[in-house]
Parts: sequence; structure tokens; C-alpha cells
Amino acid sequence: MTELAQTQPVSVRSPGWRPELVPIVLFAAFAAAPLLAPASGAEGYVLSLLTRVMIFGIAAMSLDLILGYGALVSFGHAAFLGIGAYAVGILASHGIEDALIQVPVALIGSALFALVTGAISLRTKGVYFIMITLAFGQMLFFLATSLAAYGGDDGMTLPSRSLVGGFPLLKSDAAFYWVSLLCLFGSYAFSRSVVASRFGRVLRGAKENPARMEAIGFHPFRYQLAAYVISGMIAGLAGCLMANQAEFVSPAFMTWQRSGELIFMVVLGGLGSLHGAIIGAALFLLLEEFLPEILHGASFMMDDAFRSHLAENWKMVFGPILILIVLFARGGIMGLLRRGRHG
Amino acid sequence: MAENLLDIRNLKKTYGALVVTDDVSLGVRPGELHAIIGPNGAGKTTLIHQISGMLGSNSGQILFDGQDITRLPMHQRVRLGLARSFQITSVLPGFSALENVAMAVQARSGSSFRFFGNATREDGLNEQALECLSLVGLATRARVPAGLLSHGEKRQLELAIGLATKPKLLLLDEPLAGTGHDDSQRVVETLKRLKGQMTIVLIEHDMDAVFSLADRVSVLVYGRLIATDTPERIRANPEVRAAYLGEEEMV
Repeated sequence: MTELAQTQPVSVRSPGWRPELVPIVLFAAFAAAPLLAPASGAEGYVLSLLTRVMIFGIAAMSLDLILGYGALVSFGHAAFLGIGAYAVGILASHGIEDALIQVPVALIGSALFALVTGAISLRTKGVYFIMITLAFGQMLFFLATSLAAYGGDDGMTLPSRSLVGGFPLLKSDAAFYWVSLLCLFGSYAFSRSVVASRFGRVLRGAKENPARMEAIGFHPFRYQLAAYVISGMIAGLAGCLMANQAEFVSPAFMTWQRSGELIFMVVLGGLGSLHGAIIGAALFLLLEEFLPEILHGASFMMDDAFRSHLAENWKMVFGPILILIVLFARGGIMGLLRRGRHG
Repeated sequence: MAENLLDIRNLKKTYGALVVTDDVSLGVRPGELHAIIGPNGAGKTTLIHQISGMLGSNSGQILFDGQDITRLPMHQRVRLGLARSFQITSVLPGFSALENVAMAVQARSGSSFRFFGNATREDGLNEQALECLSLVGLATRARVPAGLLSHGEKRQLELAIGLATKPKLLLLDEPLAGTGHDDSQRVVETLKRLKGQMTIVLIEHDMDAVFSLADRVSVLVYGRLIATDTPERIRANPEVRAAYLGEEEMV
């Protein structure tokens, strides 16, 4: 094998910069944030914003698992967030407030929904797959709005955050932050393993050339369906966390706009790297959070009326920014970072 | 005819009024290299598609190793030992040559529903894959992404992938298509080495290659099989000469 090693293409790397470091830096930053947050003077706000980033990071990463590695554009992924959230909400309203029951129920529910809808959707390709997943997502959305016993359109407030083994472990925002980080890291490590495994290799192969995979004896459908189920379960976990953070559950968790945002986060961060999706989620949510203020600050030379209009209609700037990033940073943020290594 | 590895009986494929495969019956004996020739548009690739399971058939039967496979999907036929290559190169461009082949080894060794453990580091798969690559003379290019290989190398890779499925019968759809002289020499050499080790059905336009390799030759014209015989007799067959082989080529 020594002669093989010599034929490897030699990539030029500037010393000290390796893209493999990105996930390490990313998780180190999340771990360091609670220690640095008090310095900002708004510890509660920073922690809750970052918790939201991590939860959406889990959801976006689960989508990347099928979108980036399987080329399956699911436009109904928010449905799984809804299943996770409603599992928590509905069980809590019946007095079952322990996460040790809620989370397994959410995962099983997500898996079943993924199995049934996936088995139907995966028989279609391309734009039909997008449309049929959207339709299933909308179906669940309208089901949730019609659940009068659980708040219907308005949703419902949770009595409190979930207990863990009978203890109110998630009560403090700091503890909830660490639990969310643990979930993010756990699902990242699991997804990483799946992608590199035999299973993941078949999934990646089916993305590149399904005919070739069939010609060597694989039936891509089975692997894509399994990936869809795994992805749905991880998104379901994110839904559990989302309900707990807000202490509130509503159909708004699973609107089709939310599904679209998840796709955007994945594309923004860069398809097919997993941590790219987390970075995409972070960038998306932070822009959404701070763009009004940035616009207000950046337009200091204008008159006050214009500045407040601009800050109010920040979405008019947000949209073009996202489009520009996708247009000019091919491969998203991760694409930029990879190119950086050659520079 | 019972001892044939592959038996095609009255196979038919139509697209509307167009008959592409017209009542083809053909037996392939174990161990032989059986070439199928015919002018462009004769339906050779369609026939391979039907045998491999990429296309269905309107009527007729395909028996492989004594089993009726007419309605089996492609991936199940592969598992029975029926491998194919594609006329238009079909590899996984983003994977290394070695991984392309290791994937095929993986398909027939153990479950692929394993979610842990790095597949690229499975020595069992990589060693067998490297063997197949050596067989076609690509071992030194094992780590190169398949998309960066030259056209000739891709043709060889295609062959290695087919071999890695450990087929009883290998269907080769114009393995020499688009290769330069040196590359095609290399593929012919490889086929000579494989000949006898497994049964091969070869579709090819390069007549020199066909007549130097084949044990038997079948001639397909407009979806009909007009003759099956030894290369010498096919050369001499007046019907074949009239239908297909230009007189000037036949000197």
C-alpha cells in the first residue's frame, strides 16, 4: 500500500488552518459561551438565543443528513419539529411530564410518520418528492390547528418544562443550555458515524449514481427510507427541546415556512458536512435577530424616519443577503472555509 | 440446452409500434465468451438492459442458472451473480477508484445496515477491491477520485466494479467504446485473462476484438437474431455479410 500513498493528490494547505478543525472550534465555542455570557451583561438573553441556535442546529443537521448526503429535498421537515413538540405538549397536558417518557414517544412518533410518509414520498423523484413532502407537512399542520382539545390554532402553554426522572432538571436556563448542547453533540456524533458507516456510504453512492448502485446489487429505496426515518427522529428530538424552551406548543412550529427556513439554513452553511448546517442555523438566526439593529446602526447618516422604516422592514434586506450568500458563496459557509485552506 | 447458464426465450420489447427486441432466443453456455454484434440501432444495448433488469420485457422469458428472472429487479439479479457494465461510463465520480470497487464488495459481504464503524477503513472490503483493481491494471490509481480518471481508466474501473460483485455472468456493454488504441489493448488483454474464469456476454463494435476474443458470436439486426455461431462461421455466413459486415471489411 506504500506506493498508493504516494499517488495521493497532494493538497496545499496553509499551515495551521485545517477545515477538520471547524467542528471542534464550533463545539468549543458553544461550551465556552455560558462562561463568557455573564460578561455581556445580558446573560439570560445570550443563553436563550444560543439555545435556540443549537436546537435549530439539530433540526438543520438532521435535514442535512438526507439533503446533503442523500439529495432528498424534504420540504416538510418542520412536521417532525411539530411531532416532537406536540408529544411533549399533549403528554404534559395529561400529566405525563417526564422527558424519559416524552422523548421516546416523540422519537417513535417521528419514526412512524417518517416511515409512512417516506415510503410513499420516496417513490417519487425530484420536484415531486419536494411537493409530496410539503403536502404531508401541511397535512400535519392542519391536523394540529384542528386539535381543539390541545389549543387548536392558538397552541397551548406547558405547565412547566419537562422533568427528567422526576427531577426538574431543565428548570434553569443554564441547565437547559447544557442539555441542549449535549443533544446537539450527541446527534452530531451519531450522524457523523452514520455518514461514514457502510450505511452512509450506500446513501452517498445512491446520491451520486443510483443506477450504478442498483447494478452492484443495492436497492437505494431501503437505504433512503432508513435515512429519512433517522433524520425525522433527530428532528423530533429538536422539537421536544423547542417546546421545552418556549414552554409553549403551537401549529406555528410546523408551518411550511419553517421547513423552508431549515432548507435555507442547510444551504447557507453548506450541504453535506453536518456542522455546516449548524453554522447555517446560527448565521440565519443571528442575522434574523440582529439585522434590524445592524441596519439601524449602519444607516446613521439617514434621517430618523428612514432608519426606523429600514429597521422595521429588515426582511427586505435579509432576503437579498441570503440570496447573495447562496449565489456568491457556492457551497455555503463551509465552501468558503474549504477554499480558505488553499489560500 | 439445459446446461446453459443464461437462456433467453422468445424475448420481446416494444415501444408502441416499434419492435426493439423481436422474439430473441439465445443460450449462453457456462464459461464461454459470447459476443453480440450488430449495426447501430440493432437493439444490442436494449437486450443487455433487459437481461440485467434495467428494462422490463413485454413477453418471453429469461432463465439464469435455472431460475426464471424475467420479473426480478436489477439489484436482485446482481445478487444472483449477474453483473453488468454500462456503455456510457457509470461510476461514482466523487468516490475514489478503490471505494467504487469496495462498494461492490460491500454489496455482497454482510449487511449494509451498519451505522457505526468507518466503511472506508474496512480492510476486508479494501483488500478484495484492490485485488479487482489489480486484475484490470488500475491498482496504482486506487486513491484517485473516479471522476478524475481518464476515459480509458474509467472503462477499466467499470470492469473492476463488475468483477467485484463476483458474477457468474458478466454483461459488458461496449467496454471499448471511446477508448484509444493503448487503452483498448489493455482492456482486451484483461478480457483475455478473465476469459475462462467466468461467463461473459460482450457487446462490441470493434470487430478485431470480437473475433479475437469470442467463443461464439450472435448477430442482431433490427431486433432479430439472425445467426449464432463460431467466429469463423459468422465471418463466412452470407446473410450476416449482407446484413451487417461490409464486404470490404470481410477480406
